[in-house]
Amino acid sequence: MESDCQKYLTLSGLEPLVVTPESNFINVGERTNVTGSRKFLRLIKEEKYEEALEVARDQVDGGAQILDVNMDEGMLDGVHAMTTFLNLIASEPDISRIPLMIDSSKWDIIEAGLKVAQGKCVVNSISLKEGEAEFKRQAKLVMRYGAAVIVMAFDEDGQADTYQRRIDICKRSYDILVNEVGFKPQDIIFDPNIFPVATGMEEHRKNALDFFNATKWIRDNLPYANVSGGVSNVSFSFRGNNIVREAMHSAFLYHAIKNGMNLGIVNPTMLEIYDEINSELLQLVEDVLFDRHDQATERLIEYAETVKGDKKEEHITIQEWRNTPLQERITHSLVKGIDAFIIEDVEEARLASNKPIDVIEGHLMIGMNVVGDLFGSGKMFLPQVVKSARVMKKAVAYLQPFIEAEKDGKQEFAGKILMATVKGDVHDIGKNIVSVVLGCNNYEIIDLGVMVPPEKIIETAIKEQVDIIGLSGLITPSLDEMVYVSKQMEKNNLHIPLIIGGATTSKAHTSVKIAPHYNNTVVHINDASRAVTVVGDLLNDNNKIFKEEIRAEYDTFRTQFLNRTQQKEYISIEDAREKKYKIDWNKSEIVKPKTLGIQVIKDFDITKLEDFIDWTPFFRSWDLHGKYPDILTDNVVGNQATDLFEDAQQLLQKVFSEQLLKAKAVFGLFPANTINDDDIEVTTMGCHAEPVEASQKEKLTFLTLRQQLKKRDHVPNHALADFIAPKQTGIQDYIGAFCVSTGFGTAELAAKFEAENDDYNAIMIKALADRLAEAFAEYLHKEVRTKHWAYAANENLNNQDLIKEAYKGIRPAPGYPACPDHLEKTTIWELLNVKENIGVELTDSLAMWPAASVSGYYFGNKEAKYFGLGKITEDQLKDYTNRRNITLDDARKWLNPNLAD
Amino acid sequence: MASIKQEIQKRILVLDGAMGTMLQQYNFEEQDYRGERFKDYPSPLKGNNDLLSLTQPNAIADVHRKYFEAGADIVETNTFSGTTIAMADYNMEDLVYELNYESAQIARYVANEFTNANPDKPRFVAGSIGPTNRTASLSPDVNRPEFRAVTFDELRVAYKQQVEALIDGGVDVLLVETIFDTLNAKAALFAIEEVKEARNIDIPIMVSGTITDASGRTLSGQTVEAFLTSVSHIPLLSVGFNCALGAKQLQPYLKRLSDQTQFYTSAHPNAGLPNAFGEYDESPQQMQSYIESYLKDDLINIIGGCCGTSPEHIKAIAEVAAKYKPRQILALT
Repeated sequence: MESDCQKYLTLSGLEPLVVTPESNFINVGERTNVTGSRKFLRLIKEEKYEEALEVARDQVDGGAQILDVNMDEGMLDGVHAMTTFLNLIASEPDISRIPLMIDSSKWDIIEAGLKVAQGKCVVNSISLKEGEAEFKRQAKLVMRYGAAVIVMAFDEDGQADTYQRRIDICKRSYDILVNEVGFKPQDIIFDPNIFPVATGMEEHRKNALDFFNATKWIRDNLPYANVSGGVSNVSFSFRGNNIVREAMHSAFLYHAIKNGMNLGIVNPTMLEIYDEINSELLQLVEDVLFDRHDQATERLIEYAETVKGDKKEEHITIQEWRNTPLQERITHSLVKGIDAFIIEDVEEARLASNKPIDVIEGHLMIGMNVVGDLFGSGKMFLPQVVKSARVMKKAVAYLQPFIEAEKDGKQEFAGKILMATVKGDVHDIGKNIVSVVLGCNNYEIIDLGVMVPPEKIIETAIKEQVDIIGLSGLITPSLDEMVYVSKQMEKNNLHIPLIIGGATTSKAHTSVKIAPHYNNTVVHINDASRAVTVVGDLLNDNNKIFKEEIRAEYDTFRTQFLNRTQQKEYISIEDAREKKYKIDWNKSEIVKPKTLGIQVIKDFDITKLEDFIDWTPFFRSWDLHGKYPDILTDNVVGNQATDLFEDAQQLLQKVFSEQLLKAKAVFGLFPANTINDDDIEVTTMGCHAEPVEASQKEKLTFLTLRQQLKKRDHVPNHALADFIAPKQTGIQDYIGAFCVSTGFGTAELAAKFEAENDDYNAIMIKALADRLAEAFAEYLHKEVRTKHWAYAANENLNNQDLIKEAYKGIRPAPGYPACPDHLEKTTIWELLNVKENIGVELTDSLAMWPAASVSGYYFGNKEAKYFGLGKITEDQLKDYTNRRNITLDDARKWLNPNLAD
Repeated sequence: MASIKQEIQKRILVLDGAMGTMLQQYNFEEQDYRGERFKDYPSPLKGNNDLLSLTQPNAIADVHRKYFEAGADIVETNTFSGTTIAMADYNMEDLVYELNYESAQIARYVANEFTNANPDKPRFVAGSIGPTNRTASLSPDVNRPEFRAVTFDELRVAYKQQVEALIDGGVDVLLVETIFDTLNAKAALFAIEEVKEARNIDIPIMVSGTITDASGRTLSGQTVEAFLTSVSHIPLLSVGFNCALGAKQLQPYLKRLSDQTQFYTSAHPNAGLPNAFGEYDESPQQMQSYIESYLKDDLINIIGGCCGTSPEHIKAIAEVAAKYKPRQILALT
C-alpha cells in the first residue's frame, strides 16, 4: 500500500489545508518575517512577543492561508526566537489553525521550528547549494519531521537564472527527492526564483518570462510538484512607486498563476486588482513581463515618472475581505458577526436580484448555512452564532419594506417552531438562545414569550400549524406544567414533536414524566447546539427512524431509571426526625442581631456589585463550559469566552454609567425558634427598625422539609429547622429573610434591543441582570453577617471565598435543593411585605418577577450548611399537608418533583 | 509465520480491551505492586500498572489470555506508561527497558500459545506506546504560554528507548495510542523511524489519536483531518481513534478519518461515556450494536475496546466483526 494517499499538497495547523487545483492560489502571510518587516524585527528584538503575535493574527485575519515565520537576523538568537514564537502561536487557536512555513537559511533554526509544531509545516527552504549529500540529509529529516518543503532552484554553481538552469535544477532535485529519498512528490514546492525585471540590464529582460515558462514546465513534467515564489521581488527596480509596483505584482501574479504557480508570498496591501489596473499601465507592464519588445523597459520607466508621488487612495485600512465578491462579503459578515457593511452589501444584492426576497433566500441563507455548518461542526460557538443572527436580523429588517412593497410572497422556511416558557415561569434566556440559533438555521420561530398558559400554546400551535413545540422553564413547578401541556397536546390530538429544555428539566424527567403522556416524539435538549440537529432530524422527511430511535431510547432510559429509583430506601418521617441534625444548644454560640426588624434598600448603587459577580454561571448560560477566569484561556472556547466577556463588560459598564438597571432589596432579622421538629416560628411584631410595611401577623411559621433517604447510622436526616434552637430549650434564636432584585429595567432594555434586532444584547442584558441579582444577594448577605446581624463582624473574605461560600451561615432559597418548597416564598413575602416594599411579585407558579431576583432565608449558626432534600415519602407529604393547611392534591402538586415514586 | 499485513487483508482484526479495568478486579495493594523485588523501594508504587509485568506477571498473562479467548487477534503489551517520562512519577526511569521487554515477552508467550493451538488464526502482539503525562505543544502554565514541560527531543529519546525494548521483546507491531497531543506522537514516530533505519527493519506502525470531546478535536486542538495530515508522513499500517468517547460518539469522526485515508483504520472506543460516578457502564450488547454500525458503514479494519471494556465486550465485538468484510482501501487515481 502506498502511503502517499493524497496526491495534493496537504498541510495542517489545527485545521487542514489541502492545495487542490480548485484552490487557485494559496497566499502565504509574510509579515512575521524579521528580514521583511522592520516592525516585526523590533518587536522580536525587544521580546515584545504579545505584539508580535498581533502581527501574526493580522495576517490570518487578512486572509493568509499559511504563516511564514523567519527569525534570520544577525543580532537574534534565531533558535530561541523561533521556538518561543512558535510556542506562543500554539496557544492562539485562531492563529495556529493555519499551517506554518518555517523560513530560515540556517538548518538549526528550521529544525528548532519543526520540533515545536504539531501540524504539517512547510520548510522554507532547502536546495542543492551545499551539494547532494547535505540536500539528502536535510530532505530526509524534513520527511521524518512530517513537513513539506520548498526547494530553491539553486545548485552548487549558484542560483538558476535562465529557463534551462531553472528546469535542470528542479528536475535534478525532484529525481533525488522522489527516487532516492522517498519524498512524496506532492510535498515538494519548487521556488524557481522570481527576479526583478525592468532593471535596464539586458540579462534581466527575460526574468519574468523564464519564471512563467519554468513554472509551466515544472507543472507539466514533474508530477504533483507545486510552485511558489516571492512576488514582490519582480518590481524591485520601482521601489518607492507603489502604483507601478502594485500593478506589476498583480499582473505578474495573474500570469504566474495561469502558468501553474499555486502558492506564494504576496503582500495583500501591495496588490492592485488585476481588472482595475489602468489599461495603459497594464499594457506597459505586460510588455515588460513578457519581454515583448526592446523599448518595453524604457516605456514603463517613462510612464512611472508620470505617476511618481501620486498618492494612492488610502485603502490599506480597508480589510482585504472587502474586495471579495458580494456573496463572500455577505457570508463573511454573517460568519464574523460584523454589521458595519451588511446594509450596503444587502442593498447591492437587492439591486442585482429580481426580487428582494431572493436576497434572503439566496445571499443571506447561503451565508447562514455556512454559519450553521460551522456551528454544527463545532467550529463556531454560541455567542458567535448569536452575533451572526444579529447581522442577519439587521439585513432582513432592511429588506422587509422592499419585500412588502413587492408583495411577492413569503420567505420559505425549513419549518415553523413554537417556543414558549411555560405558565408561571419567567426565565427565558435559554429559550431565547435556542430561538436565535434555530432562527439562524432558517426556521420560522413563533415565540410566545414567558408565562404562557397551556391553552395559548395549543391554540397557537393549531392556528399557525407549527411543526414542533418547544417548552422551556427553569423553576421546578414548570416541570409539572410541562407534563400538563403534554397531556393537553394529546387531548387536542396534536401530532407534532415536543421539545423540552431548561435548567431543571432532564432526560429522566422527560422520559419518565412527559413522554408517556404524548403520542408523538418528546425530546429533551440540554444545550442550544444540539437543538439544530434534533430539530433537523425531527423535520426530515425520513424522520421515522429518528423518531423511533428517540422513543426506544427514552423507553429504555425510563425502564432503567425506574429500576434504579426503586432500589432507594426511605425511612418514616418519625424515624427521620429522630435522626435530625443535633446541635448542642447549650454550647452553641447564638448572636442577637444588632438590628432586628425589616430594612428596605431602594436606591442601591449597583456598581458596588461588580466585585461580587460570579462569572462562571454567566458563561454556562451561553453554553460555554468552564470555570472563570480559566475559561478565558481555555483551548477550545477561550477566544469566544474572551470575546463574550468583553461584550458583557461593555454592556455592564453601560448599565453602570447610564444607570440602566435598578437594584432594590428588602431584608429582615427576627427572633425565631423551631417548633414541632420541622417548623420555625418567627416573631414579627415589635421589632421594626424603620416605619416600613410589615406583616400584620404577630407570628409566622416557616415549614421545612426533612430528608427521608435511608442513611448509615449517625448520618443525620437534615431539615433547615435543625439549625434554629428549638423553643423547648428556652434559648432565644434568630432567623433572617431577604429578597433582592436587579431586574427593574431589564425587560424594557431587552425589548429595546429586540426592537433593534439585537438578540445578542437582549439575551446579554438578561444574563447580566441574573448575575447582578446573585451578586446583590451575596453582597447583602455579607452586609448582614458583618453589620446588621454582625455575628461575623471581623470576616475578611475575597470574592473567590464568597463564591466558594467559605463564610459562616447560609442563605438557602426556596425552590432550591435544601428547601424545594416554593410555597415558602409566600411566607417570605408576607413576612417582609416584599411586593409593597420593593415591588417584586410572585407568579402563579411562584416565580419571582422581575426574573433577576433572589429571595431566601438567613441562618446564622456556624453549623448551618447546605444540603439537598432528595425525595420524601407519602407520610411526610400528609404531615406537611396538615401543617400547611392545604389539600393533599395541592401539596402533591407543589412537591411533586420531590416525591418518591 | 503469518504476518499482520497479510491477515489484515483477509478480515477485520480484533484488538483487546482495557488492561486497567481488568487489573482492578485483582484489588492489588501496595505490597502486591512491590512484590519481593521492590519491597523496600523508596517511593509508593501502587497504581504503577506497568510494573505488574515484573511483580505480577501471571496476572498480566491471564488478562492477555482472557482477551485471546474472547476472540482478540491482537493484544496490547502492558506498557502504556513505559517511558522514562511517565515512569519518573515512580522514580523508575532505570527500569524502562526491562518493563517494556518483559511486558512484550509475556504477551508474546501468550500469543504463541494461542497461535500454536490454532495456526489458522494467528495472534499478534502490539507494543503499546502511550502519550506520556506531558504535552509538547501545550503549556501547563497559563501564565507562561511559551513554556513547555517536555521537549520534542526529550520525548524522542524516551520513546526510542521504549521502542527498542518492545522490539527486542518480540512485538509484531507498534501502537502509538491515545494521542492527545500530535507533537508527542510525531516524536514517537520520529524515534520509530530512527530505530527502523538503524536496525534496517520494517515493523508495522499503528497510530491512534484521541478526540477528547464533542468539539471533535484532539486535546491539542486539531481536527480529525489536521490530525491525519500531521501523522501521515510515515507509512502506517493503520490510523484510528481510541479512548475518551464511546463507540457511538466516535463514529462520525471515524467516518471522516476513513474517508480521508488510504491507511487501514482502527478504533478502540471506551465502553460509553463515564456515568455520574465515573464508571463506564455500556453493556457488551450496546457496544456491539454501535460497532455493528461501523461495520455496516465499512469504516474499520481493526476494532477493539479502551476504558471500561472487558473480555465480554471483546467477545461481543469479535462476534459481530466476524460477520462483516474489512473496509476496502480505495486507491486514488
